[in-house]
Amino acid sequence: MYNQTDIIKDTTDLGPDGELVVNMGPQHPATHGVLHLVVTLNGETIKKIEPHLGYIHRSIEKMCESLTYRQFIYVTSRMDYLSSHINNTACALLVEKGMQIEVPERAKVVRTILNELTRIASHELWIGAMAMDLGAFTPFFYAFREREMITDIMEDTCGARLTMNYIVPGGLMYDIHPDFQTKVKAFIKQFKEKVTEYEDLVTGNVIFQSRTKGVGVLTAKDAISYGCTGPVARASGVSCDIRKIAPYDAYDRVQFDEIIETAGDSFARYIVRVKEMNQSIRIIEQLIDNIPEGDFVGKTKNVLKLNKGEFYQRVETARGELGVYIVSEGATTPYRIKFRSPGFSNLSVLDHIAKGSKIGDLMATMGTLDLVIPDIDR
Amino acid sequence: MLSLENITKTTQEWLLTKFSPQMALTIECVIVILLCITLFAVLGLVLVLLERKVAARIQIRLGPNRVGPGGIFQTAADTLKLIMKEGLTPDSADKFLFNLAPFVVMMVAMLLLAPIAFAKNFQIWDINIGVLYISSVSSLSVIGILMAGWASNNKYSLLGAMRSGAQIVSYELSAGFAVLTIVVLTGSLRISDIVASQQNGWWLFKGHIPVIIAFILYIIAVTAETNRAPFDLAEAESELTAGFHTEYSGMKFALFFLAEYINIFIVCAIGATLFLGGWMPLHVGSWVGFNHFMDYIPSSVWFMGKTFFLIFLIMWFRWTFPRLRVDQLLNLEWKYLLPISLFNLLLVTVVAIMGWYF
Amino acid sequence: MFLKDYISDVYKGFTSLLKGMRKTGYYFTHSKEIITEQYPDNRATLKLADRFKGEVIMPHDQNNEHTCTGCTACELACPNGTIKIITKFDITPEGKKKKAIDAFIYRLEMCTLCNLCIAACPSDAIKMSPNFEHSVFDRSKLTKILNKPGSKIKEGIE
Repeated sequence: MYNQTDIIKDTTDLGPDGELVVNMGPQHPATHGVLHLVVTLNGETIKKIEPHLGYIHRSIEKMCESLTYRQFIYVTSRMDYLSSHINNTACALLVEKGMQIEVPERAKVVRTILNELTRIASHELWIGAMAMDLGAFTPFFYAFREREMITDIMEDTCGARLTMNYIVPGGLMYDIHPDFQTKVKAFIKQFKEKVTEYEDLVTGNVIFQSRTKGVGVLTAKDAISYGCTGPVARASGVSCDIRKIAPYDAYDRVQFDEIIETAGDSFARYIVRVKEMNQSIRIIEQLIDNIPEGDFVGKTKNVLKLNKGEFYQRVETARGELGVYIVSEGATTPYRIKFRSPGFSNLSVLDHIAKGSKIGDLMATMGTLDLVIPDIDR
Repeated sequence: MLSLENITKTTQEWLLTKFSPQMALTIECVIVILLCITLFAVLGLVLVLLERKVAARIQIRLGPNRVGPGGIFQTAADTLKLIMKEGLTPDSADKFLFNLAPFVVMMVAMLLLAPIAFAKNFQIWDINIGVLYISSVSSLSVIGILMAGWASNNKYSLLGAMRSGAQIVSYELSAGFAVLTIVVLTGSLRISDIVASQQNGWWLFKGHIPVIIAFILYIIAVTAETNRAPFDLAEAESELTAGFHTEYSGMKFALFFLAEYINIFIVCAIGATLFLGGWMPLHVGSWVGFNHFMDYIPSSVWFMGKTFFLIFLIMWFRWTFPRLRVDQLLNLEWKYLLPISLFNLLLVTVVAIMGWYF
Repeated sequence: MFLKDYISDVYKGFTSLLKGMRKTGYYFTHSKEIITEQYPDNRATLKLADRFKGEVIMPHDQNNEHTCTGCTACELACPNGTIKIITKFDITPEGKKKKAIDAFIYRLEMCTLCNLCIAACPSDAIKMSPNFEHSVFDRSKLTKILNKPGSKIKEGIE
């Protein structure tokens, strides 16, 4: 374990070959959160990157050991706060699987729509932040204009804009707002008009392309061996979309494509996410007109207790595969809960793909890995 | 009418009646110095606010609008804040060079004000090698940047300064070739000759293709020379270092910051003089009525309008494009801009000899 | 061949940059697209969603009555102990002892606005209000007693 003197010595002395060790400190002008990278540089080339984690560790897994099965969901919203609905869905699905709770169709469809809206919102923020890392400051504001529409929809229906606590075991906490359908349709219309702006400003821009093509190449074999999931792996040719492999909620009855690119560089990861946004719009369009009537929550007991045993559920968040694993002793609170976070595995590949490249490429690579540090540190 | 050349003429005559010629010259020099410093201060204030407002409008938001009506006192508030900050000097820095560097950069900016013609007959020094003077003095700013990087005693400041220096030295070539295009067409290096030759139309319209190519190359080259986005990797590599002015704080940092904006003004003024006619109103060939109407707008308004249009163009670039990596930057210059400018020079020589321009 | 590629590279790059500039130029000239709200100045016209979770309140009607029976379901449902209910025993007109609430202590500084208490309440006594301006200089002001002084429970609620 590092003590204070070890950390200071490690990060300020010269390395073995006279290389310089530089901290890309926990406080970043970029937007990734509190990530501390210890970068060993030889002139301009990167020799080694060592992430130091734990700056935002809040012991969520330990906290969940004292919360009941209805209560622990609010805390998972705060792990990967950009896909909070999807995190909540994972926990709700796990409890429903463990207790065999029947979820009504209306709840399933609304949950799917909310998950896809959250995915779009997360990708919008990612596009803005990544363009800002590379120096183009304006796409951030254009992306936030679309995201604002989504958060307005969330505010109307769920009551909160970032950490909505709306999905409960059994379905939804309360019914959707009457304006939900009209607002989502208005959003789809605006999104389709404005998505070409990203084409003009970012994707088609020759400067952007030359800064991301061929940078940070990740082969398919390495992606599988490091455990990368989500857009990072799909850009290297690995087919790993949980919505296709193990569909949940209403994903088995909608048509959508799984986007796979084979180049494996930063530009491919960028393209995968932009195309995923379009696929999410396709899913929402198929579902928004046919929300079935009925209950919004299934019948559950007052006090939820999972039987003794182990349970696992995986979902596809905006960053990759989130896994929730509960060991239960038959009590009202879990005995041990573990979250398999997508960011942790994606971060582990940073050292491998950034070795040998220049400092300027590091920003492009890190931006396309789409890291949210509270997800990694929990 | 109350025009700037009248003011200067009457002031000079009045001074000559009161004092001996040498004394009058000295007093005129003092007046010019005071005017220059005022111009700098006012320009700094205006340009910083303009940048923030232009940035805000492009980003679909309002800019500063709390301090003063429409935010016009924002820069004054920022300057007050910077003055009150502690000016740290690193312990093992080379104190003399560290303190001298901001002043070198400012001095180069001030020296460049001399040959610029702000209005008709309103030029500080109409030297007969005007364009050559501009090119050579603007190269001196590299010294200030390298001084700042070296004297900071910080490995990454030095790296940033070296990169910046390499960038400026490379792009001066393209800027020089673009300027040479106009010199070839005009046949003279003197600024007043160049402006006078645009009497029947600006060079951008008269000398068609070669001058348009030269104009585009000039704009790209001066954006790179003033370390402005998308070529600002040296200073905006804020992930690791802030370039050559990392170690500066307080008033010295304000001087660097100000010098950057003044440099933008100066290169845009030069571009406006060479390509867009300086203080010459928009004349079209032989449309006498139209030309006469255009003459009513004062020449200083024309000059400032053109300069601010070019400044707006440079600001537009900053907020639209991502940054180039340092090797891509130098690649762009040596593999693309330089061959094109050489070819353009050849083209414009042929055009000038054959007389294929308006 | 090399020359053709070179020229087409330059042309393609140049046009892509111009396309980007056209987009930002459009936004520069159309200031109607600005969507920022001037917050402290527009409090009169600010409209939040009805369901916005700002804080928990206990609505009282005109006779200063609420509907909280003191069943402490909300206190049990709350994940981090934000709510504490102090009960007392009221004497009803028939002479029987009935449980009623004395104080409903709600700590705004700890509340995560997760809505579980409101979902658990069997008599709809509490609800979320969209008020979001909670800044105070003194932290003890954030510990609120939700039932107003002198209020009692409405008739007929069990």
